[in-house]
Amino acid sequence: MLTVNINNQNYQVDVEPDTPLLWVIRDVLAMTGTKYGCGKGLCGACTVHFNGSPTRACSIPVSAAIGQQITTIEGIEDNLLIAPSAKAIKQAWINENVPQCGYCQSGQIMAAVALLKENQSPSDQDIDNAMTGNLCRCGTYPRIKQAIKTAAKA
Amino acid sequence: MDIKINNQIENVSRRSFLKGLGVTSGALVLGGVMPSSMPVFAMTQEMQYKLNLFVTINTDNSIDIICHRSEMGQGVRTCLPQIVADELEADWQKVNVVQGLANNEYGNQNTDGSSSVRDFYDTLRQMGASAKQMLEQAAAETWKVPVSEVKAQDHLVKHQSGKTLSYGDLAETAARITPPKVEALKLKNKADFKYIGKPLTSVDLPDVLAGTTEFGQDVNRPNMVIATIERAPVLGAKVKQFNADKAKAVKGVVDVIKIDGTDGAPAFNPLEGIAVLATNTYAAQKAQKLLEIEWQLTDNKNHHSAEYLQQRKAMVQQQGKVHRTTGDVNKAFSQYKNQVNATYTVPYLAHAPMEPPAATAEYRADGTCEVWACVQAPQRTRDVVAARLGIEKDKVTVNTTLLGGAFGRKSKPDFVAEAALLAKAAKRPVKVIWSREEDIQFDYVHAISAQHYQAAFDDKKQVKAWLARTSFPTIGSTFDGVAKEPQTWETQLGFADVPFAIENLQCEVCEAPHHLRIGWVRSVGNIQHGFGVGSFVDEMAHQVGQDPKQMWLDLYADDRLVDVNQGGYKYGNYWSDIKKYPIETKRFKNVVELVTERAGWGRKLPKGQGLGLSVHRSFLSYIAVVTQVEVKNDTVKVQKMWCVADCGIISNIDRVEAQMEGSMIFGMSIALLSKLTAKDGKIEQSNFHDYELVRMNQSPQMDIHIVESDAPPAGVGEPGVPPVSASITNAIFAACGKRIRDLPVKGQLNIA
Repeated sequence: MLTVNINNQNYQVDVEPDTPLLWVIRDVLAMTGTKYGCGKGLCGACTVHFNGSPTRACSIPVSAAIGQQITTIEGIEDNLLIAPSAKAIKQAWINENVPQCGYCQSGQIMAAVALLKENQSPSDQDIDNAMTGNLCRCGTYPRIKQAIKTAAKA
Repeated sequence: MDIKINNQIENVSRRSFLKGLGVTSGALVLGGVMPSSMPVFAMTQEMQYKLNLFVTINTDNSIDIICHRSEMGQGVRTCLPQIVADELEADWQKVNVVQGLANNEYGNQNTDGSSSVRDFYDTLRQMGASAKQMLEQAAAETWKVPVSEVKAQDHLVKHQSGKTLSYGDLAETAARITPPKVEALKLKNKADFKYIGKPLTSVDLPDVLAGTTEFGQDVNRPNMVIATIERAPVLGAKVKQFNADKAKAVKGVVDVIKIDGTDGAPAFNPLEGIAVLATNTYAAQKAQKLLEIEWQLTDNKNHHSAEYLQQRKAMVQQQGKVHRTTGDVNKAFSQYKNQVNATYTVPYLAHAPMEPPAATAEYRADGTCEVWACVQAPQRTRDVVAARLGIEKDKVTVNTTLLGGAFGRKSKPDFVAEAALLAKAAKRPVKVIWSREEDIQFDYVHAISAQHYQAAFDDKKQVKAWLARTSFPTIGSTFDGVAKEPQTWETQLGFADVPFAIENLQCEVCEAPHHLRIGWVRSVGNIQHGFGVGSFVDEMAHQVGQDPKQMWLDLYADDRLVDVNQGGYKYGNYWSDIKKYPIETKRFKNVVELVTERAGWGRKLPKGQGLGLSVHRSFLSYIAVVTQVEVKNDTVKVQKMWCVADCGIISNIDRVEAQMEGSMIFGMSIALLSKLTAKDGKIEQSNFHDYELVRMNQSPQMDIHIVESDAPPAGVGEPGVPPVSASITNAIFAACGKRIRDLPVKGQLNIA
C-alpha cells in the first residue's frame, strides 16, 4: 500500500510504484477531472499541482508523489494558497465563455492558476510561455489568453 | 442512409422508447417521424409531464429539454435547447438539458455534416411553440376563458385580467391536451427572440470548471475493468498466433481476449486485436507491451505514402473521369496560350481529438447491452453493437457522454463495438481506452490527395478555361472495400461545385486505391479542395498581374444563382434543397468585401509581411479568410487572421464565433504542421511530438465577423476550416514570393 495526499486528503492505494500518478487519480481514486490526453507530457490535459508547481500527472510515478502535496482541478478552490487565483480564473473563464468541448480545460485551468499565482500581471509572452504546453484541439487559445488577462485585472 | 426528421409533429405516446428516456409515464409526446397522430391522455406519474418528444415540464416548474445530438465542443447542448426554450417562452434559468439516448424517434442523431441547427431549427421551434400553445390551452381551460385571452410569457401563462399560472402549475393539464397541428403553430417573429441568436453561456461550463464533466474516458461502472488493445498493424491483418503469458503475469491483469476482425470492407467494425483487461489503465498498457503476437499481414504492407503521393501527382497530369463539364476545355487550351497550371498535395491527416476514443459496455444476463460512449452517431452505434453481438437493436441502449473533441472520428463506433464484445466475453463491465498512440495510428484517416489545375486567359486577361483534377482514396472504400476513385458526393465538397463564371470548365477525378481506413475529418474533402482552389485562384491572379481580391470577384461575376449541374453532373448541395439553399454569388462577394475591408486589404506592409485571401462555400455557408503572415529567415509567423462567415440564421452568436475561432486554429494546424505518413502500411507518427498541432504561442490575433442574415440556417462547425490553408499559403507568397503547393508548410519553411 502506498499513501498519497491529494487535495489535502490521504489515500492508500494498492498499485505498482511505477504507476503514473494520472492513473492512480483516475482509475483507482475515480477522480476524473484530471484528463488523459497523451501519456507523454506533450499535451497538458493531466496537469496537476505538485507542491504548487504545474506538473503532468501522466509523467510522474506514484512513488514520487508519496509525502508530497498534490492538488487537482477538484481541489483548487479549497487550497488556500491558490483559491484566489482559482476563483479569478474560473470567473474569467465564464466571462470569456472559454471552453468548447471542455476536455483539455482542467489542464488549461491548472496551468493558468499556477501562472496567476506567480505572476499577477502576465504579458502575452508570459502567457505563451506558461500555456504552450497545453494543447487545445478545439482552438480556444484566443479566449484562454484573454481570460488570463481578464483574471489578472480582477 | 439516415432518416431526416420531417416537419410533422405527431403524437407518439405510449411507445416503448419512453422507457428509454427514463420516463415511465405515458404522457403526451410529439414525434417527428411517426405515423398519424392519436390523442392520448397523460398518466400523472413521477411529477413529470411530457408535452412532446423534446419538452418535459416538471411540477417544480423546471423544464427538461432534450438535446438529441452529441456535444463535442460545437455547443449543441446549449444551441439546440435555446431554440426550443425561446419558442416555449421558457425561463432559461429553469431549463435542464437532458441528453437524448439513441432513438429513431428523434430523427437523425448523426452529429456530423454541420447539420444540427440547419436540419433541426424549424423542428425545434415547432416543438417549443407546440408545447407553449398547449400550456396556453391548459390555462384557458383552467380559467374557462377563450384561449385568445391568454398569453404565455416568461415561464407563465397570463390572462388579460392579470392572473397568472406557472408552467409547473399547468403541466398536468397541458399534458392531456392534443398537440396542435403544425399549421396551427404560431412561431415568434425574429424581433421577439429572447434566446435564438443570443450568446447564451454553455450549459456545461460549470461542470467543466469543477472538473465534474463526464466524457467517454471518464465513465465508471461497478466491477468495471479497463481494456487496452493491440490492433492489427496493417489494414486487414489477422493474428496468426499469440502468447499472453507474460502479459497475464502483470499485477492487475484479469484477462486477455482476442477480438476477431472482419473480412472485407472495414466499415465500423473493430480491427482484429488482442485485448488486455486489467484493474487500471497502466497495468493494461504495461501488459499490452508484453503480448507476443505473430501477424498475418496483407498486401497493404507495401503501402508507402511518399511513393503513393508521387503516383497520385503523376495521375492528375493525365485525363481522368469527367464529373462536371461545360464548353470545351481542350479547344480553349489550344486557342488561348496565356496559361497557368499547378499541382497541389495534402497528406493523410488524423482527427486527434484531445480525448482519444473510449467506450464502456455492460452485457447483461438478460441478453441486453448498455453502452456509455463519446459517440457522434448514437443510433449507428446501437446498430453496430447489435450487429456485432448478434442481438436485436432494441436490446442495446446507447448513452452519449460528452465528447472530448471528435471532428468526425467519433462518428465511427468501432471502439464501442470493441467494448461490447469484450464485456460479453468477460461477463463484466469493460471500458476500452485508446491511447494517444493508437488514436494516431489506427484512425480513419483523412485521405491523402493530389490535385491539378489549369487555366487559360484571353488577350484581355479574362479567364477562358478551367480544368481541375483530383485524386484521393475515397471514403467509399471504407464501406465497399473496392471503390478506387473519388465519388460524386466527394467532388461536391468544394471541387466540382466551384461557382465561377467560366465558359469552358471541366472537373475530373483520377484513381486512388485505398490502403488505410479512410474517414471524414472536419470539412472532409473541402480540406484539400479549399487548399487547391484557393491557391490556384491566387496563382491565376499573379499570372495576369491582377489583385487576388479582384480575381475572386471577377470569377463570381454578376449576382446570380449558380447551377453546377453541367455535363450530367448531379449536385447534392450537402443533402439540402438547392431551392432553399442556392449557390449565391452575391453572398460570396459580400464576405470577400467585408473581410478585405476589415483586414485593410491593399495596405502597405513592412518587408517580409503579406496578406492572403481565400474564400469557400461548404455546408451551405460562405466563409472568407484573410491571413497576415511574416516570413523572416525562412520562418513563417501567422500574425493575424480575419474571418467573415455568412452561415444564415444562427442559434447562438457566441458559439458561432467560437467555431470560427476554432476553425482558424484547426485550419492552421493543417496548413502549417500536421502530417501523417505511412511506411510498410503503418502510420509512422505516434503522438503530439510528431503529429503536431498549433499551440498557444502560435495562435494569432483574430477578427471574427458573423454576417447577420435571414437566409436559412447553414453549417457552422466545419465550413470555417477550408479557406484557412490557402489564405496562409497565399499570404506566404505575398510576403516572400515562395509558393507552397504541398501541405504542410513545415519542412519547406520553419514555423514560429
